Amino acid sequence: MRDRLIFASQLGFTLLVAAFLVVPVVLSITAGVTVNYFRGIQSGVTLQWVVQVWNLYAGEIGLSFLIAFATLAVTLVVGVPAAYGLHVKGGRLSRVIEEIITLPLAIPGLAIALALLLTYGGFGGFRQSWLFILAGHVVFTMPFMVRSVMAVFASVDIKTLDEGAASLGASPWTRFCNVIVPNAMPGILAGSLMVVTLSLGEFNLTWMLHTPLTKTLPVGLADSYASMRLEVASAYTLIFFIMIVPLLVAMQMFAEKGETK
Amino acid sequence: MSAVAGHGASVHIQNCGKTFPDGTQALAPASLDIVSGETLVLLGPSGCGKTTMLRIIAGLETPDAGGRVLFDTTDMTAVPIEQRHVGMVFQSYALFPNMTVAENIGYGLKIRGVDKSVRAARVAEMVALTNIGGLENRRIDQLSGGQRQRVALARAVAVRPRVLLLDEPLTALDASLRDRLRSELNSLLRSLGITAIYVTHDQAEAMELGDRIVVMRKGAIAQIGTPREIYFAPQNRFVAEFVGAANIVEGPVAGGRLTLPGGWLALDNAADNAAAVAMIRPETIGIVAEADAFLRGTVESVAFIGDRQRLVVTGAANQPLTVDAPNTINVRAGERVGLSVTPQAVRVLPKED
Ligand SMILES: Nc1ncnc2c1ncn2[C@@H]1O[C@H](COP(=O)(O)OP(=O)(O)OP(=O)(O)O)[C@@H](O)[C@H]1O
Ligand SMILES: [Mg+2]
Repeated sequence: MRDRLIFASQLGFTLLVAAFLVVPVVLSITAGVTVNYFRGIQSGVTLQWVVQVWNLYAGEIGLSFLIAFATLAVTLVVGVPAAYGLHVKGGRLSRVIEEIITLPLAIPGLAIALALLLTYGGFGGFRQSWLFILAGHVVFTMPFMVRSVMAVFASVDIKTLDEGAASLGASPWTRFCNVIVPNAMPGILAGSLMVVTLSLGEFNLTWMLHTPLTKTLPVGLADSYASMRLEVASAYTLIFFIMIVPLLVAMQMFAEKGETK
Repeated sequence: MSAVAGHGASVHIQNCGKTFPDGTQALAPASLDIVSGETLVLLGPSGCGKTTMLRIIAGLETPDAGGRVLFDTTDMTAVPIEQRHVGMVFQSYALFPNMTVAENIGYGLKIRGVDKSVRAARVAEMVALTNIGGLENRRIDQLSGGQRQRVALARAVAVRPRVLLLDEPLTALDASLRDRLRSELNSLLRSLGITAIYVTHDQAEAMELGDRIVVMRKGAIAQIGTPREIYFAPQNRFVAEFVGAANIVEGPVAGGRLTLPGGWLALDNAADNAAAVAMIRPETIGIVAEADAFLRGTVESVAFIGDRQRLVVTGAANQPLTVDAPNTINVRAGERVGLSVTPQAVRVLPKED
């Protein structure tokens, strides 16, 4: 009897917390398809706001994904070999480099953006292109890739595996492809998931770095909240959701498959 | 079998020392020649530099300036491991978790661009040789420790290396499995006729597998010799005590006799020495009637071990003597006994600081 009571109260509490988090999302999404939010849902259901957002912000949406996957590509190409190098080399210097790579986690995005602006703001072409935002995202997400790959390296004794492959005649590059990358896969997938998610949702840094022509989804969202009717901003949230949730689910499944394989 | 047989390279280590960047001198400059086809064992306590020596031969570690490694007559010092054509078995096996057993064994051949059908045949041959039939398509985490050990060996041997290097390959296994694999490994190494360098800290393993044993101590070579030489004619106290059980006795030598508290021992042409140190193996001491011996003592304890009994005899030397006696003789603690030792069994050791 007492156990049932405890279970019921725990369940109730969990549901309450979930509701606390989910209700605003649902409200926001329904607002996006309501004709007039202030009169409520009885004013009618419409897709006009969604269409309007799509027309206005399709560019931002495309750019967001472009930047997210470009960030992923850069963190993969740079981060995985870097993690490998840091792990194999070891020693004090490697630890210092690792700390430096991790630093952006502790520094506010605004400060990173400011530093980038101070340093590269003068290079007009670079400053105005989306590559500028890409640079910011790479700095911000790199520690996540490097850390999660290094965590795997530490757990599978990659150095000995590498030496084993070397003793069998494999060149450094062959070893990297045949042994290092396949065995680091769980970390690479987990890192990738994190990098894409963070890049898509990043606001602080991006807001500082963007130009009117280089805006990402979250920046556009802030824009529409500030300057348009609530229904439009809500429709924007809806689109954001529809785009991101399936992507995240797919990547999560991919990552899990990689781990249990 | 003939397909895998073949003699490996001879290995020459000249003046190879190793000082790590943090200042640790793991190996004092040492020289060593390994004959083609020989199994050489590096034996010594933990931290004495065995792995470091092996890794220098493998090419995983570069010797300090002045050191050279030669395979036959070729200088390999600057050649990276992947071009040295060695086979290596690691203590942790280092099998690739992302490949099956067969893929692991065939990896070295694949790297060398060996044709797929030839590769499959060689893998099958290795599987038969190491007794792991039926496991070819397993993943590494589905194998027992002993099976992993065999796969690691098969993988290293499959490429027909010039030198096979093994770093404590049996240490991770439990005692009974270790004994069985040890004799399997022994016959495999003999039948392959390969040059092998085997690292261990287990003296029984060293004795069984080694054509010659290199006993190492604190980064230096303490003695090189056949198992018999190492056992019966240790050149210093460290080797005597590290390899097998040893009684160390001390006393003056004069006129070919070593005088001890309980009598004296005859020696084989030993120079006079006011304070000599000698070694006697427990199984070379015979128990005889007190009246028949020149060295006498009191049995302090008798431990029956089955195939023999281990006595501790006091009063004969300055320290209690351990005696391995046949299990048939009847002695009891407290009894006075005579000890007979042939002159050849008493090994006078050089003076040490
Ligand atoms: N990379 C390294 N940096 C600094 N010191 C090292 C390094 N590798 C080994 N050493 C030191 O060198 C010495 C010899 O090490 P080595 O691994 O050769 O010993 P070992 O005889 O193989 O011992 P074990 O039986 O425990 O494996 C040890 O004191 C060890 O601490
Ligand atoms: Mg070692």
